[in-house]
Amino acid sequence: MEVISVSVDSHFVHKMWNDYELSKMVEGGIPFHMASDQAGNLGRAYGVYDEEQGIELRGRFIIDPDGVIQAMEVLTPPVGRRIDETIRQIKAFQHVRATNGAEATPAGWQPGEITLKPGPDLVGNVWKVWNPSMEK
Amino acid sequence: MAGCARVTGTVAAEESAAPPPEMTTQKEVPMSVARVGKKAPEFEAPAYYRGEFTTVKLSDFAGKWVLLCFYPGDFTFV
Repeated sequence: MEVISVSVDSHFVHKMWNDYELSKMVEGGIPFHMASDQAGNLGRAYGVYDEEQGIELRGRFIIDPDGVIQAMEVLTPPVGRRIDETIRQIKAFQHVRATNGAEATPAGWQPGEITLKPGPDLVGNVWKVWNPSMEK
Repeated sequence: MAGCARVTGTVAAEESAAPPPEMTTQKEVPMSVARVGKKAPEFEAPAYYRGEFTTVKLSDFAGKWVLLCFYPGDFTFV
């Protein structure tokens, strides 16, 4: 798993932010690539560059080993993200990929919980194996 | 790279979407828009990584899961 963060700040400012603030929150400093997109080119390609404000929105993309986007989420600036939901989604996509698409994960799925095997026998029968109260 | 040049990331333009030369006002014209189930737009950008200045390229991580996160700006609060 690789993480890449992107903002319109220069990589020089990324260094200052890491050294002066983030390294006080995260021991050893930021362990992933902090990319610079001063002209907004990456943000435009991913549909998250705000032309009026000249900033990136809070866009989050899960990209699989084939380079395909499996999930995306975009928030306006004032609300922060929830990291454990992102991790949950990554684990679910990894599980689906490991089964070659033979299994799907129901709402709120966590590793170890039951999965669904899409096929003729499951039509109309999901209620037998899953219901909303199973969501943790 | 000139000392004070403003460096920035670039996106690999799609070949099929290349406009005729007279319409090219920008050097990079990313025509692809990110969608789930579609290939993530390729990019290359200057980066800070564990004490070093480097270049990060999406395709360098082919074969791995990648989490790509955009945010408004350094030294902001959320």
